[in-house]
Amino acid sequence: MTILGLPIQVLFGQLTIGLINGSFYALLSLGLAIIFGLLNVINFAHGAFFMLGALAAWLALTVGGVNYWWALVLAPLVTGLFGIVVERLLLRRLQGLDHLYSLLFTFGLALAIEGTVRDIYGTSGLAYPVPAALRGPVDLGFMRLPAYRIWVVVVALVVCFGTWALIEKTRIGSYLRAGTENARLVQALGINVPLLVTLTYGFGVALAGLAGVLAAPIYQVQPQMGSSMLIIIFAVVVIGGLGSTMGTILTGLALGVIEGLAKVFYPQASSTVVFMIMVIVLLLRPAGLFGKEA
Amino acid sequence: MIAQTMSQEAAATPALRVRDLHAWYGHSHILHGISFDVAAGEVVALLGRNGSGRSTTLRAIMNLVGRREGSILVAGRETARLQPHHISRLGIGYCPEERGIFASLSCEENLLLPPRIRDEAMRDDEIYALFPNLLRRRDAPGTKLSGGEQQMLAIARILRTGARTLLLDEISEGLAPVIVDALFDLILKLRELGFTILLVEQNLHFTAPLADRFIVIERGKVALEVEARDLEASTAAIERLLGV
Repeated sequence: MTILGLPIQVLFGQLTIGLINGSFYALLSLGLAIIFGLLNVINFAHGAFFMLGALAAWLALTVGGVNYWWALVLAPLVTGLFGIVVERLLLRRLQGLDHLYSLLFTFGLALAIEGTVRDIYGTSGLAYPVPAALRGPVDLGFMRLPAYRIWVVVVALVVCFGTWALIEKTRIGSYLRAGTENARLVQALGINVPLLVTLTYGFGVALAGLAGVLAAPIYQVQPQMGSSMLIIIFAVVVIGGLGSTMGTILTGLALGVIEGLAKVFYPQASSTVVFMIMVIVLLLRPAGLFGKEA
Repeated sequence: MIAQTMSQEAAATPALRVRDLHAWYGHSHILHGISFDVAAGEVVALLGRNGSGRSTTLRAIMNLVGRREGSILVAGRETARLQPHHISRLGIGYCPEERGIFASLSCEENLLLPPRIRDEAMRDDEIYALFPNLLRRRDAPGTKLSGGEQQMLAIARILRTGARTLLLDEISEGLAPVIVDALFDLILKLRELGFTILLVEQNLHFTAPLADRFIVIERGKVALEVEARDLEASTAAIERLLGV
């Protein structure tokens, strides 16, 4: 069977890979957007936290014998706690200064984290086995897919939409939305905004950590795994625009799929298509597809 | 006997005591040593021209300015080093000049945003009885509300917390006369209910029948302080300061 002259397996194969990449984009850009919304911090360390999540899972398994399922819960928690410590001790001191300071700080932090990991574990990459229960293919009828990849997409979607519901439908979410608009006023209305800031940063970082655990069995765990992802994540946030949680999630997924399709139809463009879209969106709609015009 | 002494003491402690308050935005020095008291249950109007420092005084009380110096006692407690959310929890409700209704929150989410600080606060049904419009519009996004509805929401939101001292910044500004009348009646009612109110206004006409005392701010200083009973004799002086 062929579609547009291509074997359906090839097309769907790339679509699925695109969807998996899109899941990582969505998880990572969601955290990045939440953090920027409330803290006004362009979190350049986000890729490093992604890598730390993967490394935490690898260490837990190799050193502590902690299996994948526990790591799926514990690694994001540990990464998130690390983020909380970073916010309380360091990032907080830059509050009220120009964006540039926190940007440079998180950029430096990312370099320091990646450098430390490279020093200890090298750059060759640490293999993380696919958990036994998710090994082997699943037959979808028209094609066979590795079970682990389906799992990644499902977990990412559940977590993304759970986060959407948390932000849009709950009281604590209303604090975050209001704080994103005017944090000082929210604080004057009696809400402990410094605590909200800390928790939000921790949560965004934990999402990156979770993405890292999910990525560990697919990519090798290595110090640069996050920084190559980070540039695309920034493009996703720019394309999606700030101010819409659902917009960020959908943009992340869609760009992964578009990248996958580009690999089928015009492979030369697959690594640049996201940035071409970014340029077009910036020209036509500077606030992003789902963003609110300032 | 002891209870009586204590309540007398409580009555003698002003709801708000501001002493030598200075405030800065960046390098601009806006307030130059403002001092005044607001007694519990009193309604005080802060008058002045645009840029005289009235709104900054309210913002400084909430610690929302870049830098502030001086002393601000809330019910006898020094707040100079407190963060805004701690100041608010001492029982102060702040309604900013731009109303501060959050666009990404529904009308009801805006109303429920500030946490309750006292058990005796108005219940939600009492709030909705006082502001029936807000019940009708509860699911509307904050920015789809009319100016009058937004103003009512901004006041309802702080009443619901149980705050007993209200800082209201230019609530009548830019609204239709029928809404201004409704706000006037509302302040009158709150005054009867014993709220302490510090009302920033440009309009002496709006505040004259409401306030117990009038403080005119000029270039970041208190230029004139007039009791309600002396208002008639001082109206000319006040209007001169307001540039009317």
